[in-house]
Amino acid sequence: MTSSQTPTIDGNEAAARIAYLCNEVIAIYPITPASSMGEWADEWASRGQPNLWGATPKIIEMQSEAGAAGALHGALSAGALATSFTSSQGLLLMIPNLYKIAGELTPFVLHVASRTVATHALSIFGDHSDVMACRGTGFSLLAAGSVQEAHDFALIAQAASLAGRIPMLHFFDGFRTSHEVAKIVEVERDTVRVMINDEHVAAHRARALSPEHPVLRGTSQNPDVFFQSRERANPYYDAFPGLVQEAFDHFAGLTGRQYKLFDYVGAHDAERVIVLMGSGAETVHETVNHLTARNEKVGVLKVRLYRPFDPAALIAAIPEFTRAIAVLDRCKEPGADGEPLYKDVLGAFANAAADGLRAMPRILGGRYGLASKEFTPGMVKAVFDELAQALPKRQFTLGIHDDLTHLSLPWDESFRTDAARALRHAVFWGLGADGTVSANKNSIKIIGEDTPLNAQGYFVYDSKKSGAVTVSHLRFGEAPIRSAYLVGDNDAGFVACHQTVFTERYDVLKQARPGGVFLLNTAATPETALDSLPENLRREIVDKELAFWVIDAYRVAADAEMGRRINTIMQTCFFAISGILPREQAITAIKKAVEKTYGTKSKRLVELNHRAIDMTLAHLHQVDVAQASSPALGVECRRDACATNDAGQPSQPPAFIRDVTLPLYAGLGDRLPVSAMPADGTWPVGTAKYEKRGIALEIPVWDAALCTQCGKCVFVCPHSAIRARVFPADAAADAPLTFKHVPAKSKDYPVGTQISYQVAPEDCTGCGDCVEACPIHDKSNVSHKALNMAELVANNSPNNSPLRAQERENFSFFLNLPEFDRDAVKHTTIPGSMLLDPLFEFSGACAGCGETPYIRLATQLFGDRMLIANATGCSSIYGGNLPTTPYTTHADGRGPAWSNSLFEDNAEFGLGMRLAADQLMGHAQTLVQELAGDIGGDLAEALVNAEQREETGIRAQRQRVATLLERLEGSTQPRARELATLAEWLIRRSVWIIGGDGWAYDIGYGGLDHVLTLPWDVNILVLDTEVYSNTGGQTSKATPIGAVAKFSAGGKATAKKDLVKLAADYGHVYVASVAYGAKDTQTLRAFIEAESYLGPSLIVAYSPCIAHGYDLQYNGRQQEAAVKSGHWPLIRFDPRLEASAGNPWKLDSAAPTQPIREFMESETRFAMLSRSHPEAAEHFMAEAQSIADRRYQSYLALARQGEPKTGS
Amino acid sequence: MLDLSTSYLGLKLKNPLVPSSSPLSKHLDTALRLEDAGAAALVMHSLFEEQLHAEAKMADRFLLNSGIGHGEAEGFLPDHGGDKSMLDHYLEHLAKLKSRLSIPVIASLNGVSLSGWVDLGRELQQAGADALELNVYHVAADANFSGESVEARYVSLLSELHGGVNLPIAMKLSPFFSSLPHLIKQLERAGARGVSLFNRFYQPDIDLDSLRMVDCLHLSTPDEALLRIRWIAILHGRTRLTLAASGGVHSHEEAMKLLLAGADVVHLASCLLLHGPGRLGQILADMEKWMSEREYTSVAQLKGSMSQKNLPDPDAVERASYIRVLDSYGPARGVRS
Repeated sequence: MTSSQTPTIDGNEAAARIAYLCNEVIAIYPITPASSMGEWADEWASRGQPNLWGATPKIIEMQSEAGAAGALHGALSAGALATSFTSSQGLLLMIPNLYKIAGELTPFVLHVASRTVATHALSIFGDHSDVMACRGTGFSLLAAGSVQEAHDFALIAQAASLAGRIPMLHFFDGFRTSHEVAKIVEVERDTVRVMINDEHVAAHRARALSPEHPVLRGTSQNPDVFFQSRERANPYYDAFPGLVQEAFDHFAGLTGRQYKLFDYVGAHDAERVIVLMGSGAETVHETVNHLTARNEKVGVLKVRLYRPFDPAALIAAIPEFTRAIAVLDRCKEPGADGEPLYKDVLGAFANAAADGLRAMPRILGGRYGLASKEFTPGMVKAVFDELAQALPKRQFTLGIHDDLTHLSLPWDESFRTDAARALRHAVFWGLGADGTVSANKNSIKIIGEDTPLNAQGYFVYDSKKSGAVTVSHLRFGEAPIRSAYLVGDNDAGFVACHQTVFTERYDVLKQARPGGVFLLNTAATPETALDSLPENLRREIVDKELAFWVIDAYRVAADAEMGRRINTIMQTCFFAISGILPREQAITAIKKAVEKTYGTKSKRLVELNHRAIDMTLAHLHQVDVAQASSPALGVECRRDACATNDAGQPSQPPAFIRDVTLPLYAGLGDRLPVSAMPADGTWPVGTAKYEKRGIALEIPVWDAALCTQCGKCVFVCPHSAIRARVFPADAAADAPLTFKHVPAKSKDYPVGTQISYQVAPEDCTGCGDCVEACPIHDKSNVSHKALNMAELVANNSPNNSPLRAQERENFSFFLNLPEFDRDAVKHTTIPGSMLLDPLFEFSGACAGCGETPYIRLATQLFGDRMLIANATGCSSIYGGNLPTTPYTTHADGRGPAWSNSLFEDNAEFGLGMRLAADQLMGHAQTLVQELAGDIGGDLAEALVNAEQREETGIRAQRQRVATLLERLEGSTQPRARELATLAEWLIRRSVWIIGGDGWAYDIGYGGLDHVLTLPWDVNILVLDTEVYSNTGGQTSKATPIGAVAKFSAGGKATAKKDLVKLAADYGHVYVASVAYGAKDTQTLRAFIEAESYLGPSLIVAYSPCIAHGYDLQYNGRQQEAAVKSGHWPLIRFDPRLEASAGNPWKLDSAAPTQPIREFMESETRFAMLSRSHPEAAEHFMAEAQSIADRRYQSYLALARQGEPKTGS
Repeated sequence: MLDLSTSYLGLKLKNPLVPSSSPLSKHLDTALRLEDAGAAALVMHSLFEEQLHAEAKMADRFLLNSGIGHGEAEGFLPDHGGDKSMLDHYLEHLAKLKSRLSIPVIASLNGVSLSGWVDLGRELQQAGADALELNVYHVAADANFSGESVEARYVSLLSELHGGVNLPIAMKLSPFFSSLPHLIKQLERAGARGVSLFNRFYQPDIDLDSLRMVDCLHLSTPDEALLRIRWIAILHGRTRLTLAASGGVHSHEEAMKLLLAGADVVHLASCLLLHGPGRLGQILADMEKWMSEREYTSVAQLKGSMSQKNLPDPDAVERASYIRVLDSYGPARGVRS
């Protein structure tokens, strides 16, 4: 069979291939893990690929899933075949329209990569909570358990829905199936054509709304007929399971793959059966095979069609001997006495028993796999064991350690199935950007498509964006692979570590099988490699008798002129020493793959990659472990080091951080018991500082003599990894020898005051933004600045670097310097404000991120009084993704309190915070007035009428509140106690509503707009990257004309929405458009003005992003170019000026001096259009110029309103 | 009737005016207007090796491998595979120019490395180029690199390309060679059919605000024709290579001077960029007028008539001329110095 018939693809692509063929309108909105289905469709459409009827489907990205559902409803009503892809909250946003679509008996398939619905926390991972929330919509629910099934069921759903007029929600497990790469048998186009019945399609079209034969749909009904109408649809639902089975059978006739509504696998006389749906059923299937081979009477029932539920078919599928059933649900319904599938199975058997058709078996309900929690054969075995108990747990959980309510079943982690033992496993540790994942996907394709072997790949990603770790889990084997779980400990015959630094952070060899192969990319020689490893890994290599191979892949890459791209080199090593394919065959295949990838883009890249592949083998060496010197005292794994922190961070972290946060960081979260978790999703702040990720290869080094102390480096640092502090000279008396400090140049401080700019070497990402921003050159050598990057990593091993050790000590000393008086520094200047401590530090944002400096700035200025509502997106991921958070506190414990509600409601969420703060303040003020006699009239008066716009006023109020609390202490008056609990609300809160352009311009715009129309004092910060950054670069309404983004492959055809103008038009909103890299003083001023304004404030902040396609080290230059070219005018609109100066508009940037073409040509997002659509690119550039000119002129006119006319 | 025809690189041309490698060829309309104005051939804008490499790097980093290892995004820009490379666009444009113009089209390659040229040359040949201009942009800044080895680099590049394609090749040279005639002799042996004198490099400039180096290319001035006149005059009759004069031609005056010195064709760019394609027709008309007034009948007749070989005082184009020019900067006789 050729590879085109057995492609190796992931679940999303497998489903999307069918959905694309069978539909005409595809309305989508990106959401993880479903995004790539829409992206595939967009890609195929942009290539003009036809659907079954020879047309190119219309793909449209909407402003939200609610919008997509509305568009779908319309398209379906008007006669098109339409589809969409979604997940989780996105699916929930579609629910109102799902009811409508089903209520109107509309054939339609919605493909869902099922994902956890956010509760106490958001999770992008998989479970069925989203799908289960749709049970009432009237949609049919069809569960696929593997990549093959996601492909097959996509078609079967389409055929059945057309036949029976019931819309179908076809779902498969998010990440586990949506992102698993597997070899499948592709359904041929002709088969798809045959499965889609023309008459059914014609009938759908005939029902379309048409002025040629008009009808009325969507009526409003009264009590007289609504109920009957709902019941009128019953026959369709009654018939539907039969139609689905017909579609299954038809499909089986065409492809040989037979499915049933409920597929039973196992002993025909099974006494114990597990019932479940989704990918977990594959794992149970594998385990059942193992157990039945040992004559155990067990089986598994895979639920395919969950709604409409066919109890008779369910019962018929379960052997009559079955005495005990465990129904496993991948969701939780709090407060219920069982989850939905369990209740349905229980009900089916109860009725059958009541009718005397069947003896009532014992039925247990178990929860497993929430948010992609591992579900392994060991756990399956534990369930079967439980079913054999005389008194099993009626309700249980799997895969966790529940020491609180004791619901969890213990399991044997070492249990392995025969199938698993027959497979070959490989694990690869890579850095996010080093191409490990893409190389592995490629290897799987090579093996899957060039050999008869089956192949599976699953990729575990990091929650960090800079220095992310990826772990690739690969399996190969002759039999179909059903293992829907990670490669277990001691299973992998091949382990590769593509980054030396991971050897110090992780136990990279725990999955290595005794006698297996370990490949390490290291600068160490074969002679020194073993000694360069931490003790635990050396021990594992020896104990497990691993064959240890090394290569200096970065050297090979450099020699082959490949820069730092090591993916093909490491891939070549894998094939060379794993023995999965004959070496020559593998190398030819890798070269072919390179040609396929780069062929159209660059022959030179093909040539360089080929050269690298050819050079690889000469640099690949096996380490003679037996001959290696006896283990020297090496570096212990940093998993332990980070917990006890040897570098001056609190050596005794608070208990929670020690017991929970740090184990999470060390990758041991799965082992934490239920009792260790906060019950309500509340976590401590100030935890990012414990990570010490050490990912920079170079860090900035300060030249104190040259520095003018301007503070720009601190301002631009995306990770708050360079800090400034002033302090009295004697504070540095015990400073480490290498700690640098010089007299402060500013006259604002007493004579003798010292200043230091200090780098956090293990928190810096090495982006170089600070060096770029540094304006000071050595007069005799322009390449030497007041900050210069210096190599941090020696011998590819961070711990070897003296600079690192030295700066670690210096940073520790720096942090312990006495805090300066915040009143003594000028908040309104850059050098002054940059002396304020950041309360946002060391986030996992991308190196060079253009968003984080804005957040850090806000925390420096207002952090101790901030309440932050954060929209879902990049800023919520680097802001609040466990294990740690970058939000932190001053020494007094005050700092930003942060929360994320949803993507779509952030403005409203923040408004609610404001209302609460104001309401409680009002309440407290009333009590103060009421109790004025007890607490003192002067204090009461001051508390109520305190001027709190500025920081000094807030500090004074805090003093008053402290006094108030003292005076209230001991009071027995009930109202006094009430006031004591409310007293803190007397201190003004600064409410910040933060999110990206996807939120502000699109999905959350309705709410944002509404909040802007209200008078409440909220500060809205829009981090405008002009694209959906977090989900991978989809178009937003902030995307500028001519920019290429996902869903705008031909360049965004319309201008960016002018949010600034829209907001300013209200007249009462403070608005600023800022770009710190172009004019930091204007940014600073805007933040201070926005916060001090009593009504709503909106800051639209230009935020360079990796999605713009240039090295973010130059993000300052690009911001400058954006402003100079007129792409991003800087403005401030301050309603307060209306009264004083007469014109609230201020234009802070000069007339464009640079053609916008120059700006656009310097960023890939624009430049790539010149390659793909050169004429369109030209047109858009001209259009962009005229938009920029027009906008500048209109802003200029606004800024000049009221100015006296000249020349008359 | 004046016979303006000439021949360059073995191509028969109706007159000696050929727009040189510049953005003028990027638009079909402009190219057609140039042809209408009387251009005898067209040298296309250059395909820059560095641009091809930068494009590849950009594609590699931001399209093919833009993942950062984050679970929510496997990449940040859409890679729809069908995107054409700069080379594809160049080839397409070449084919389009060929299909619409009746004059010869000369493709231009600009680069410095030693590999990859033959493949590119073949593709240009296949796309219909009538000839190739090879513009080697090499700044010999390495102190370990002798003048001889610099020249060897040019020769080896040319001979590699010559071995791979059947098209006539012109080498565009810089004036910075210690012995230009010697190099040209080597190029002739290696298979060149012509040389174009001289290319005008982008020059780095210093931005006094940012203290950064910035690239800069100013349009030529008529003064620059003088350097070309000298070298064309020296080379005419001493090499079998056809000679193109490039740089500083703004009116018929420079054109005539270069033809008299011995150029087979005269390239034009700055004047066309400044005044539009129609300028070429004006220069042609002025040339004809100048020739008619002096009763020349053909370009062939006057070409090289003032080359060094044909001058009564051959030294005039070498050092003696230098002294005379310096004298001409002396004060007027009546001025007390």
